[in-house]
Amino acid sequence: MLRRTLLKTSALAAVASIAMLGTAFAENPVLKIGFVGVTSGPAAAWGTSNQRSMETRAAWINETGGYDIGGTMYDIEIVSFDDQKDPKRAIAGMEQMAQEGIHYVVGPNVDDGAAAVRPVAEQNGIMYFPYAFPKELYTAPASNAVLGMVANYQSGPAIYKYLMENNGVKKVAFIAGNESDPLSQRDSGSAAAKALGLEVVSDSVTYQMDTTDFTPVLLPVIQSAPDLLVLSGVSPANAPQLIRSARELGYTGLISTETAQDAAVLQEGAGELANGFISVGGASTPELASDMMREFVERYTAMFGEYNDESNTKVYALEYILATIAANPAALTDVEAFKATMDTFEAPNPYMVGDAKLKYVGTTSFGQKRQVSVPLVVNVFNNGAFETMFVAQVD
Amino acid sequence: MEQILANGLYLGAQYALIALGLTLIFSLMNVLNFAHGQMYVFGGFVTYTVVAQWGLPFIVGLVASAVILAVMGALIEKFLFRPVIRKSKRDESTMLLAAGIAFFLDAVILLLFGEKQRGVPKIVDGVFNWDMRLIMPYDRILIGVLAIALIVGFIALMQYTKAGRAMRALAQDRMAAQLMGVDVDRYSMIGFALGALLAGLVGGLLVTITGINLGMGGPTSVKAFMMIMIGGAGVISGAIAGGFILGMMESIGLTVLAAYGDITYLAIFASLMVFLAFRPQGLMGKPWG
Repeated sequence: MLRRTLLKTSALAAVASIAMLGTAFAENPVLKIGFVGVTSGPAAAWGTSNQRSMETRAAWINETGGYDIGGTMYDIEIVSFDDQKDPKRAIAGMEQMAQEGIHYVVGPNVDDGAAAVRPVAEQNGIMYFPYAFPKELYTAPASNAVLGMVANYQSGPAIYKYLMENNGVKKVAFIAGNESDPLSQRDSGSAAAKALGLEVVSDSVTYQMDTTDFTPVLLPVIQSAPDLLVLSGVSPANAPQLIRSARELGYTGLISTETAQDAAVLQEGAGELANGFISVGGASTPELASDMMREFVERYTAMFGEYNDESNTKVYALEYILATIAANPAALTDVEAFKATMDTFEAPNPYMVGDAKLKYVGTTSFGQKRQVSVPLVVNVFNNGAFETMFVAQVD
Repeated sequence: MEQILANGLYLGAQYALIALGLTLIFSLMNVLNFAHGQMYVFGGFVTYTVVAQWGLPFIVGLVASAVILAVMGALIEKFLFRPVIRKSKRDESTMLLAAGIAFFLDAVILLLFGEKQRGVPKIVDGVFNWDMRLIMPYDRILIGVLAIALIVGFIALMQYTKAGRAMRALAQDRMAAQLMGVDVDRYSMIGFALGALLAGLVGGLLVTITGINLGMGGPTSVKAFMMIMIGGAGVISGAIAGGFILGMMESIGLTVLAAYGDITYLAIFASLMVFLAFRPQGLMGKPWG
């Protein structure tokens, strides 16, 4: 009798525990968002700032009760995959996202990776937000990719025009790493400079991505005596070395790039030689940042010890995905509903002061809305920090 | 022309120092240390941490890199390579182990030091400018001179010390050295530690010029292998020659071929293939010339 009672009690306790566990875990359903990008190697800073931005925001959302989609609060889980800047691994990463039933992925970070994953994304109903610039990813018939930042062919002409008008730049030289992203950015930058009436004095010099001494590489470029030296598609690892070598070779003109950079890396690698270096910054400035952006920076720094200015841009992709799904909950599992919502989607931009909006743009460049709207912030580096040079908007 | 030669000499000095450690380990143990580049990166990050993070003098960072890498090298030899060499007669066992250590060190570096490019402030300011014909920052001149001094010191150590003689004997004939009373285990460990120490020193020296990042390990190993293929695997003078030849080829190629795009390394690899077809043992062959 005693044994039977004990068995019954144990069985009841077990059932109750399982039920309670189930209740605890079922409090919020989980929405998985993927990230496929580079988090190792020389370009690791690009993908790591993506991943950490997403993880910071997801932890913040989960801590405050979840994200409201159609009246249900969802916890956000970030599923990450390091593609090592290798297109084959990017494909494997996107296939893993498909196997996990994920419909929204941030990344890849570079052109060839973004192009490689396109068939996998389209076949498996995945919307992805690359930080890569090939127009064919965003123009019809392609429709699953959404550019997560401002492209170099949008920022480059704006920078060159500004420097022509304000600094009297007439001659420009381009130097690029021997990889698809920097080379395509060099070609489009050179074409844009010529279209603006600038004289391109050098655009054939390239370098290996693992170059450790840029002096011999830069020598012929500096000898062409440009007013502006453009480091096309330069990675955060190479930028300080190129700047330092150019200055040490006696170059006194302007140096710019259309990629995002990190102030701490520039300061450590080039010090005061980097003063005056112009780059496209993260999509925020102290004047533009809202309280929510400031809190994001604080949370990111608390989680990872050090903030990355690029995350001012990288914070947006996850926000766009969640806000668009919230605007049309059918998009949770149906990317066609997501695409339909993009054309009319508009929501307050929580990271900017004033009445700025989250909305999709890109009609001028791609013929359809396949780009997130973030401010184009052009920075100049001075004494260890970025100062805002000008702010523009892409339509 | 002066600029091209100076660039080549500077590149050659740093390349030779990188190749020395690799060729030493190969000559003593017949091990292709694929983790040599990662050891170089680790050394660079140690110097960065000591100098930029803790604010200590550069020389302290350099010594810390040398000591930490020497200890790391000794431990790797004693607990990883020695048992594998003892148990397996197949060369690929040590190659796989070295590749595994390279991946492991990559992961450790990412965890300890992060993914960002790092650098320390210039140790000497100013640029030497000879009428615009030869421009060379003083810190590069200093690093080049230090690299050459270290190479000379290493050669002296191998020539004139008991440990150096023991390691040379080991490299020439392991069995004969053992029969003559050389403690093979001890000097293998010292040799591996010395090779790792050299990698750490180069990393520490170059972090002031080129900075350091997680991704530099693999390409550094590849260049070091090229140097010892040119000079002859396992030969100290060959590694030095290989380093200077590669540095000079790179400097000349980057200037002369600049107008044709990034074909310098294409030309170097093509030349290397032709060269190895005629002289597969490299310029100075093995062992010890």
